[in-house]
Amino acid sequence: MTKASGSCPNCGAPLEYRWSSSVQTVCEYCQSLVVRTDVDLKKVGVVADLPLDASPIQLLTEGHYGDKHFIVAGRILYEYEHGTWNEWHIVLDGGRDGWLSDAQNEFAVSFPVEVSNLPSPEQATLGRSFSWNNTRFTVVSRTRAHYAGVEGELPFEYWDKTDVTFVDLRSARMDFATLDYSDDTPVLYIGTLVDFDELRLTNVRTFEGW
Amino acid sequence: MPDGTGRPRAAVQAVNCPNCGAATAVRTFGHAVNVVCQSCRSILDAKDPGVTILQKYKEAVPVDPLIPLGTRGTIPGWQPAFEVVGFQVRQILVDEVAYRWREYLLFNPYHGFRYLTEYGGHWNVVATLRSLPDGDHLPGDSGIRTYQGQDYRHFQTATATTVFVLGEFPWQVRVGDQVAVVDYVAPSQLLSAEVNADKEVTWSLGVYAKGKDIWSGLSMPGQPPVVEGVFADQPSPYQGVSGRMWRQAALLMALAAIVWIAHLFTARQQQAFRQALVYNPPSTQDASLVTPVFELDGRASAVQVETASNLANQWMDVGYALINNDTGQAFEFAEDLSYYNGVDGGEAWSEGSPAASFTLPSVPAGRYFLRIEPEGERTGKPVGYTVTVVRDVATSVWFLGALMLIVLPPLMTSFRAAAFERRRWQESDHATGKSSDTDKDDDDE
Repeated sequence: MTKASGSCPNCGAPLEYRWSSSVQTVCEYCQSLVVRTDVDLKKVGVVADLPLDASPIQLLTEGHYGDKHFIVAGRILYEYEHGTWNEWHIVLDGGRDGWLSDAQNEFAVSFPVEVSNLPSPEQATLGRSFSWNNTRFTVVSRTRAHYAGVEGELPFEYWDKTDVTFVDLRSARMDFATLDYSDDTPVLYIGTLVDFDELRLTNVRTFEGW
Repeated sequence: MPDGTGRPRAAVQAVNCPNCGAATAVRTFGHAVNVVCQSCRSILDAKDPGVTILQKYKEAVPVDPLIPLGTRGTIPGWQPAFEVVGFQVRQILVDEVAYRWREYLLFNPYHGFRYLTEYGGHWNVVATLRSLPDGDHLPGDSGIRTYQGQDYRHFQTATATTVFVLGEFPWQVRVGDQVAVVDYVAPSQLLSAEVNADKEVTWSLGVYAKGKDIWSGLSMPGQPPVVEGVFADQPSPYQGVSGRMWRQAALLMALAAIVWIAHLFTARQQQAFRQALVYNPPSTQDASLVTPVFELDGRASAVQVETASNLANQWMDVGYALINNDTGQAFEFAEDLSYYNGVDGGEAWSEGSPAASFTLPSVPAGRYFLRIEPEGERTGKPVGYTVTVVRDVATSVWFLGALMLIVLPPLMTSFRAAAFERRRWQESDHATGKSSDTDKDDDDE
């Protein structure tokens, strides 16, 4: 994997991009949110300390999706009325990036897919079904959430968002889909639900007493 | 994490109750949304650094969970260890009678949450589903739901109310919370949908577990609670048994049939004795007579005694005793003959038969004679009749007896299996009288 590097515009500490397409990162020393503009690195803000969360995953955790090895490069922590969940930015061998979501230890790996005519938030009501990739997906939850923190490297600039709508869908098998309405054009992520053991994770977080 | 070794180890924390000041450990790290104060039972907001009281405890009598919070061990069906972190009591009202069950929330920081439910000593290990049952995602009123190729039959729809909570929960929990619960069963599994007011549905699958397996997995002292009644997804002890018994019975019946057919073909049907007699009802006071001695040879086998008469429009009963001339052993039986005929409105009719026979299934070899005691109408006409004794006659008595003995055990088991299913469905929305589909599983395989 080609690595870009630079130094933090705030404290001068070395910054290393583990993933060539990273657009932003958080300085591990001063928590500055740094956006990459190819030549210069620009500091756009400071992230607050991440709220207490209990994901067993952390930056640099490694694992497998099927037979593809991946490494965790960054994350977004979302907060909604009933708690929080994590979207871990993973980079697969070969450079493809995806997301490993962890909602109360329910894990799903998904990738953005190009689909036209995605439903509007109003159309994607609970219980409604849509067919993508020859799979019938049904809306199981609609969540209003906002980011509660970011960490590591992300494939897009993402630091100043208010409440947005996320629509989760499932199938009769282990398929998983999310409609992300953060931007004007919705983005569809499709993937599968995976078991913790199936991910064969290494460098996971440790828990007192476990 | 400058050195890349990861985030600091997640530490067990404690919250202090603003109501009573007592400290309560939080066991699920950042997952806890609500924590119940272990001292005053107030429900606290675990996400709030200052900790606020969300609900104060009102119920007069606290419920002690059978499995204490903090208990760690394994649960049937899952490899990793789980720790009991939360407990709630929920109830449903059926015909104004409250039924309460207990739910334990279990946690593993890597594998997440599982549930143990207990009602009347019946346990279920429950996990939320990640894939959906076929069809609509709302439970609806359909009688059958299919999940992963397995059909589940609707058992009950009810409103569950939370009446007591203890420990911590990764969701908002309050005493008084209500959800619609729809249960479908395919013993030993229970497919459930919980629908909240927002019409959000959580599907879960419970697998029936024995109390003793829960107790040993969690290293619990003492004995699990005594099992009462039949639970919705309790596997029938007759499941597969009656089917197996019927298959065995069919095999035995086939064997019996082969023996029977062989017997029919090999029976000698040998005439051992024959005598023509006359019975004159009015003249004879005592018509009893004994026949000469005759030989019944070979192995012990069936003997048939036939009475053929010229009886017409009267009746005659013949009492017989087949007596062994040497040992005095007697086989007593009677044959009733009655035969009436005539012409009525130009149509001939008849009723009864002028002949009868009786088969003794097993008579040992020896020298025998018959004692014959005919009896009839005083005013009757004289009747001529012939008595014939046939040795080693083909008989189906043994076969019919064998069939009864073969069929009885599986029949009893099927009855018991049906009774078990009736007790199961008696607790459902489909109790006897409401639906006819309660008998569908009687021939369980």
